[in-house]
Amino acid sequence: MNGGARHLYLHLPFCAHRCGYCDFVTLVGRRGGHAAYVDALLTELELERGLLATDLETVYLGGGTPTYTEPGVLTRLLATVPVAEEVTVEANPETVTPRLASVLREAGVTRVSLGAQSFQPRLLAVLERQASPDAVRRAFYHLRDAGFDNVSLDLLYGIPGESASDLARDLAETIALGPEHLSCYELEAKPGTRFTFAYGEELARQAEAMEGYFELVVETLVGEGYRWYETANFCRPGRQAHHNLGYWLGRDYLGIGIGAVSTVDGLRWRNLPSLGAYVGALVEGRRPPREEEPLGPEVVGRERLMLGLRLDEPVPLSQVEGAVDGLALARMERLGLAERRGGGLVLTPRGRFLGGGVTAELMAESPAKSTI
Amino acid sequence: MSGLEAIRNFSIVAHIDHGKSTLADRILELTQTLSEREMREQVLDTMELERERGITIKAQAVRVAWRDHQLNLIDTPGHVDFTYEVSRALQACEGALLVVDAAQGIEAQTLANAYLALENDLAIVPVVNKIDLPQADPDAAAAEVAELVGEDPERVLRISAKTGEGVDLVLDAIVARVPPPEGAPDAPPRALVFDSSYDQYRGVVAFVRMVDGRFSTRQRLRAMAAGTRFEAEELGFFSPDRRPTPTLEAGEVGYVVTGLKDVSRLRVGDTLTAQELPAAEPLPGYKDVKPTVFAGLFPTDSDDYPALRDALEKLKLNDASLFYEPETSQALGFGFRCGFLGLLHMEIVRERLEREFDLDLLVTAPNVAYRVLTKAGEELEVHNPADMPREVELVEEPYIRATTIVPKDYVGSVMELNNDRRGRFHHLEYLSEERVLLTYDLPLAEIVYDYYDQLKSRTKGYASFDYDVIGFESGDLVRLDVLLAGDPVDALSLIVHREGAYARGRALVDRLRKEIPRQLFDVPVQAAIGTRIVARETIKARRKDVLAKCYGGDITRKRKLLERQKKGKKRMKQVGAVEVPQEAFLAVLNLDGERK
Repeated sequence: MNGGARHLYLHLPFCAHRCGYCDFVTLVGRRGGHAAYVDALLTELELERGLLATDLETVYLGGGTPTYTEPGVLTRLLATVPVAEEVTVEANPETVTPRLASVLREAGVTRVSLGAQSFQPRLLAVLERQASPDAVRRAFYHLRDAGFDNVSLDLLYGIPGESASDLARDLAETIALGPEHLSCYELEAKPGTRFTFAYGEELARQAEAMEGYFELVVETLVGEGYRWYETANFCRPGRQAHHNLGYWLGRDYLGIGIGAVSTVDGLRWRNLPSLGAYVGALVEGRRPPREEEPLGPEVVGRERLMLGLRLDEPVPLSQVEGAVDGLALARMERLGLAERRGGGLVLTPRGRFLGGGVTAELMAESPAKSTI
Repeated sequence: MSGLEAIRNFSIVAHIDHGKSTLADRILELTQTLSEREMREQVLDTMELERERGITIKAQAVRVAWRDHQLNLIDTPGHVDFTYEVSRALQACEGALLVVDAAQGIEAQTLANAYLALENDLAIVPVVNKIDLPQADPDAAAAEVAELVGEDPERVLRISAKTGEGVDLVLDAIVARVPPPEGAPDAPPRALVFDSSYDQYRGVVAFVRMVDGRFSTRQRLRAMAAGTRFEAEELGFFSPDRRPTPTLEAGEVGYVVTGLKDVSRLRVGDTLTAQELPAAEPLPGYKDVKPTVFAGLFPTDSDDYPALRDALEKLKLNDASLFYEPETSQALGFGFRCGFLGLLHMEIVRERLEREFDLDLLVTAPNVAYRVLTKAGEELEVHNPADMPREVELVEEPYIRATTIVPKDYVGSVMELNNDRRGRFHHLEYLSEERVLLTYDLPLAEIVYDYYDQLKSRTKGYASFDYDVIGFESGDLVRLDVLLAGDPVDALSLIVHREGAYARGRALVDRLRKEIPRQLFDVPVQAAIGTRIVARETIKARRKDVLAKCYGGDITRKRKLLERQKKGKKRMKQVGAVEVPQEAFLAVLNLDGERK
């Protein structure tokens, strides 16, 4: 045991509405059930507390829509979770009232991640988002008014029907608000979602036209002084999402709640996503049902490589020993897609645009074959 | 009646689908060689492929009894690729039934087979089959076939093998019109090996026509050309299964179980004689058949190479005309360069390998054999475009005489096709008011590339086609290479006529650009003659390829995604720095098939 996990994730699955493109573990409505769920959550946290370090670095409340949780219940939860340097709560704009903003602030939340997605009603409608562009802006200012100096916005691009100038406008709107942090994701048509059923073919047709959107996002935000510190994440100096950085740096983390994943000491487990089974077990003081996945050293190495190469700072070669295909590395270096820098391995800017493909190339198939 | 006088040896020759196998079935039935219970369609076509395609690939011999006579029916393949099988079979006969479809009249293979029979001095019994068909015109068909073989149209038999009508007359005609075999029953024995098969347990089984003398079971025999000695473990005839007899007599057709485990020790065309009291002179043998079409066969999974080698060895046991030698391709790995008698032969070998041996194959574009004189004055025979020197003094390619029979309305389209294919007009003749016989001299290489499909589509399937190789002629031939990111792809090299090089290069390059997925870098795709680029395209590099997000909850899934992606790369063929999926090669190699 290395002193325990310093990163804690709490999953609050409730949402007012399930958006068409979403494939997270979410539950719509059920306000009556929130208290029972949070009780179970706190029981699980108590059961696993031994796995946590005494001084936590980050706590993250994700969802779902954590801010949709009944206010009294949410306050109780926030009052009980351990203190940490960074406490982030995910919020949907329509749930952020001046009251909620100050409740969060007073409960010790240091950072809010706001799901803006787009500033254009037409595109928001395609995404089935409930908030209007004005609601997004209002929510942002409510947070500022409550004293939040670390706010992150989520943007989606590659939405069916979105032109390059739509994207440029979304970026401009975002920049005008001046968040400390931005997550920009290309919309994925995940198999099995309602969204893919409705828009899959249209997205496939648009794929070529949208090929340059990622570049547009990066160029615009970097031009505005944001640091492209992770494949899909941008920040003002020092404002990285430290919780997520924990994942990307291969640190241990404890995840609490239905569907939550933990990785501690070479073991990964995932609570099963059934609410009934989860609450039922914890009411009786038992651990909820879960799937376990022991991570061998070579798997850990490959994950370090995969996650580390998402960052703009080199992953130390010592941590990915055995995970890198030496021949592929030489090829990627020749193509100017990856480079060795200060004892570490990092993708070049062009390599980062092709990060998935380059990482798949670099990944050693088995530990025996690998040499650097 | 006994001895030679009671024997008739005959074969049935016909264009494909004119009813040869049905007639053979009916003969077996009528002569009670098989009971009704044993009858199944195409009794003599034992290979799965033969039944499925309705064609005969291997010759078969079966003995039937009819009105005190012993009739030996030697079934033969109809297709041009197997002409060597036909001519061998015909050499063992004194007569041939020439079967023509009453609705179709004579076709290209009818001609080829009739000429073969005439060359072998056989008595020809013309038969018009399928008179039961509503669209049958027996008189017209009879007139055509009578004209072809120089027979009175009245003497042409009119039958329906399907209903059995007139089949007895066919048997009577064989007895009456085909002469009994000539031979010396008391002379030292001589038997012509006209085919062979390999039995896993009993070794090589020779199919023979006894010409002189007699063989007895356990007699010690010798193959005169090969010098191979063995004991006749069993003698017998086919009925249609093997039926042992103590002796084989002059004039009879039957088999000899040799016990030989090595097929190369007994060649088809050799003469068998007795070790004691041998014959002085062997019978005239056969010309060696030479493969005319070559292609590289590669297992799609390189682990299957040994299985492919074993499969080819086994096929060769029953198909002496199959030629193969190991070939190594940079792009496709280890495989074999194989020689075939024609495209159908190639297709059949490939299908048998895939079906009977469960192999997945990549087959390169077929090419012909070239005779090359190098600048250094060296003479080469080139079977693989990748072996063609880029600088040559002279290249010669095989030419064929192509015979096409076609309704007169399509003559223009066929001539146009042949002219496009560097053909030289040779002869045109009206077989009837409606049908025209057209002969052209063409480079074989032009037939190998997409000719059949073109002919079929331009004549709506009404043309019948056959050819003979007539010799070699020099041509302005060049080697066309395909380069990916500057590296030549050996498996895609072609030898083409200079005039067609640009179009072929263009087609290859376009296809590759479409089939090869975009890589992490720009990939130029070029077609080149020597150092001159004749076509070029660029596969643009991907601009983005990222996993949009990756957080604590989905690390395992994302890792597995990348691991699968990495594994997928193993199935790609690496050409220089470029990864080419198997499917891209398949698509390019199938270019011919898709240009219809």
